Amino acid sequence: MAINKVVSSFDEAVKDFFDGATVLIGGFGTPGGCPSYLMEALGRQGAKDLTIVCNNVGFGKELMKIAAMFMKVPDWWYDGGELANNRQVKKAIAAFPVLASPLLVSPFEKQLRAKEVEIEIVPQGTLAERIRAAKAGIGAFYCPVGPGTIAEKGKEVRIIDGKKHVLEYPIKADFALIRAYKADRLGNLIYRGTSRTFNATMAGAAKVTIAEVDDVVEVGELDPERIATPAIYVDRVAARPEDGRTRVVQKISKEEQLAA
Amino acid sequence: MADKERLSRETMAFRVAKEFKDGMVVNLGIGIPTLCANYPSPDKEILYHTENGALNFGPNATPEEADLDLVNAGGQMVTTKPGMSLFAHDESFAMIRGGHVDLCVLGAMQVSEKGDLANWLLPERGIGSIGGAMDLAVSAKKLIVVTEHCTKDGKPKIVRKCAYELTAPECVDMIVSDVAVIEVTDGGLVLKEMAPGWTANEIQKLTEPELILSPDLKEIELM
Repeated sequence: MAINKVVSSFDEAVKDFFDGATVLIGGFGTPGGCPSYLMEALGRQGAKDLTIVCNNVGFGKELMKIAAMFMKVPDWWYDGGELANNRQVKKAIAAFPVLASPLLVSPFEKQLRAKEVEIEIVPQGTLAERIRAAKAGIGAFYCPVGPGTIAEKGKEVRIIDGKKHVLEYPIKADFALIRAYKADRLGNLIYRGTSRTFNATMAGAAKVTIAEVDDVVEVGELDPERIATPAIYVDRVAARPEDGRTRVVQKISKEEQLAA
Repeated sequence: MADKERLSRETMAFRVAKEFKDGMVVNLGIGIPTLCANYPSPDKEILYHTENGALNFGPNATPEEADLDLVNAGGQMVTTKPGMSLFAHDESFAMIRGGHVDLCVLGAMQVSEKGDLANWLLPERGIGSIGGAMDLAVSAKKLIVVTEHCTKDGKPKIVRKCAYELTAPECVDMIVSDVAVIEVTDGGLVLKEMAPGWTANEIQKLTEPELILSPDLKEIELM
């Protein structure tokens, strides 16, 4: 029986998500590298009380129309902000929970202010390393980032080589949603440009890793020297439709921006 | 004093870039720090690092070149460059935390006389985004803060003790403001350079902690 991790649709890929699950979401906070089709499918699937682990919680669809004034926004972009807007998020573990501009109040920030959701703010490198630690089977690690700040609160502190470190634990998750460029049926992945980011870090760090790709190619087509995520870390693969592959951005029209 | 000319954002970036040495790995924060990349002299080879996973990336992309899969940490579209490398986030922060980044330039809300930095949480907003600033502030070999000397309503940003949540304690090495260049030393803040037309006394009035005057105190060289 040949290994085949490719599933028929994004809905199929997320059908077993359950209420209360912890979900790693790849990407950095921009459309490239964001597992948009998987996120949109999770939106349809409807699992609630999720703990999402991501760099940037995100805009949500309404604010994306405003974001289109200062950045390229493809119509397929779907981020954690929209999951929050759907009331599917209970808690976020993130380095960038709110948008840089105080004028852009995301759905997650609104819910934070209303105390309807929880947040754990984690320095970006510590977030990446806590995810990597889960993937690598590390029990915990001492990190020099955080002492003397809110990131020290409630943590064991130890002085190593004369420098304060805080004890950090791995983030254990049920699912990882990641975006890659190409896959084969075994689950080997290659990435494109800066879209490797948290995607390659999160691959294999959850019980189930699901990759969203442009193309599934024949086994042997991916150069072993280029495979950034070996098949062992990947459980499911789903491919984008033709119009989601293109990197030519259809800009949201002025009218739609103004309506937002 | 208020009507005296202060350095523009571009001029501050120009002054910061004079600290970039040939062969350095440099990470630039969002805002004025990003502008610094426009100014190092062309005879210097600088490798720019961005948290989201690229070393030695190219200049900002034109609309025709723009590619969603090539962005810097500020979300701006950038270009490829011969000698560029790409990597995942854990690797990127191994570079930072491991002390492989020579110089980092960040913005600030407040800097204390001990070099504590606060640059991520506005108290009136109540919630902020720390991003990679804590990691960079703690781990870069040298940290330069570039900032207006005062807030929009004229309050000092260089203070005895930061009132805002810290990014990291005792991490800043140098402050480049719109009126001064200040070095953070164990003995205190040393005023090294002043914007054209400014006196040490005038700069002191805009600064909470007492400034030590450098024996080499001079006007900022703007060329």
